[in-house]
Amino acid sequence: MKAELKERLGAYDYWPYENRPKITWPNGARVAFWVAPNIEYYELDPPLNPQRKPWPTPHPSVPGFSIRDYGNRVGHQRQMALLDKYGIRASVSLSVALCEHHPEIIEMCRERDWEFFSHGVYNTRYTYGLNEAQEREMIRDGIETIHRHTGQKCAGYLAPALSHSERTLDLFAEVGQELFGEEGGIYTCDLFHDDQPTPIHLRSGRRFISMPYSLEMNDTIVYAVNKVEPRHYLTMLKRHFDRLYAEGAESGTVMCIPTHNYQVSCPQRIKAFEEALEYITGHSDVWVATGREIASHYLAHHYDDAVRDIDAKAAAAGRN
Amino acid sequence: MSLDQDYLSYPWRRYGYDHDRYAWSMLANRKPVHWPGGKQLAVWINVSLQFYPLNQRGVPFKVPNGMTMPYPDLRHSSLRDYGNRVGIYRMLAAFEQRGIRPTWAINAQLAEQTPYLLERLKAFGGEFLCHGWNMDHLHYGGQDRDEEAAIVRRSIETLRELTGGPIRGWLSPAKHQSWNTPDLLAENGIEYCCDWVNDDMPYAFATERGPLTMMPLSTEIEDQFVMCQNLHSEDSWVSQVTDAFDFLLEEGRAQGGRLLALNLHPWLVGQPHRIGCLEAVLDHITGHGDVWQAPAGEILDAYRKQAGDND
Repeated sequence: MKAELKERLGAYDYWPYENRPKITWPNGARVAFWVAPNIEYYELDPPLNPQRKPWPTPHPSVPGFSIRDYGNRVGHQRQMALLDKYGIRASVSLSVALCEHHPEIIEMCRERDWEFFSHGVYNTRYTYGLNEAQEREMIRDGIETIHRHTGQKCAGYLAPALSHSERTLDLFAEVGQELFGEEGGIYTCDLFHDDQPTPIHLRSGRRFISMPYSLEMNDTIVYAVNKVEPRHYLTMLKRHFDRLYAEGAESGTVMCIPTHNYQVSCPQRIKAFEEALEYITGHSDVWVATGREIASHYLAHHYDDAVRDIDAKAAAAGRN
Repeated sequence: MSLDQDYLSYPWRRYGYDHDRYAWSMLANRKPVHWPGGKQLAVWINVSLQFYPLNQRGVPFKVPNGMTMPYPDLRHSSLRDYGNRVGIYRMLAAFEQRGIRPTWAINAQLAEQTPYLLERLKAFGGEFLCHGWNMDHLHYGGQDRDEEAAIVRRSIETLRELTGGPIRGWLSPAKHQSWNTPDLLAENGIEYCCDWVNDDMPYAFATERGPLTMMPLSTEIEDQFVMCQNLHSEDSWVSQVTDAFDFLLEEGRAQGGRLLALNLHPWLVGQPHRIGCLEAVLDHITGHGDVWQAPAGEILDAYRKQAGDND
């Protein structure tokens, strides 16, 4: 029997951007700004998934594999030097097998007190086709591997290669809670419906949020999908920031730059990224934070107001 | 139905890589390499001279910039020929004026079919490397080993015979390989390969037939990637190359020698409206004192003298 596909996932309600309860960030900041480098491992010869090919050509797909390897061999330390220069502690979206493959990278991030969140085991192992027990196992592997190698209690999830099931958010929150109580599994980066954190419905009813991560500012989407010129990416980042900074005077906003060391750290592109960081961190009312810091602040100070407001507006609109 | 449980088993989850071709290391942590004359940046100007057959088979995929229309796709076939008839001569003039020492990556079949061009390139100087047989003879996983071995041997032997030179380097069409390609290259006396674009320096690469050096020929700043795949303007290409040059030169000063590998296609950058952009790029490169512009083989030799345990 074929499972029925849903028209909507139902993880969040319609909640208009205007007239929401005001978000205040620490020290009156207008924008919570975070940088999320995806530090990934793509396998040279991954198993095939019936729903998605890991590489576009027969293995070994040298062009795709080797440029991603460039990110780890060459790009990582270039981006890290820039983030150091502008005082940014990053939040790493981690293919957790990288802890085993390239522990030197993990160690450098640890030394800087960067946050690690799970991006699956490999970026060539997808969620598609896993049953619930299998997906739970993959998610648990991600959280436990991060803890084993860094001591951190993983707070966030970005599903590997943005591959999801209907229960991905539920499972991540459940496994995080089982392992680490309220500290584990508190936010997802998988949804792109908002410029502020928003409460997410889970089958467990647990307090859990969506963190703005931005597909639009993601360097791989910008460069590899939308084919944007490097200097125009700088223009996009500045415009994105300027608007969120202006709106943040009314109620706090979130800006994320998701990066990949095989894109943003290439020598023809890194200047644009540096100028964006210089511009953004050159503004006074920016809270440079990690994903967990933003999520924790929101859960502690704004989550309850948001839920009440969402429910009231839904009731007014006719939902019981 | 769910996936087999094997989908969650990871036999290669270990230190280093999920293959044994080369060692894991980060560029910034390696012992610095110094180029001849104390230069910080080696610049390799690579010219890809290509033949795109009209009767393209597209096995196992259609190569980028190949035939896309129903047979006979005269528009693409003739536009690629333009590079070997017209574009290359504009490039030669630009190189000559600036004292550039290029590396000619040539499809062996093209070398065979265009003796005038080959003699002209030989007279100009620079190094030849083998760019496979033609742009429709791809190397790929699942290819019969004997079939591939015959293509590799025929390509290299043809080019050695026609140029009278050793032919030390190899660039696969579309940079695509089979699991056997590196072994077949070493078996045929190839010393360096350009296909794996994972570094800004050469590095040691293992084969069943002894060591090979990988000389990464950057894809993402080459003319066809920027202007044909990304559809960026000519002016944007110039700024991307010069930005890359400036950045690598600075990094070289701080951390040790770096390699800028610039791949060019006469059918693209040899057009009248683009050749000026190539000239601008070359002026930028030759306008710096800290640069060592040399053919790939000379860069390889300088690297190897110092490499030691770098990899």
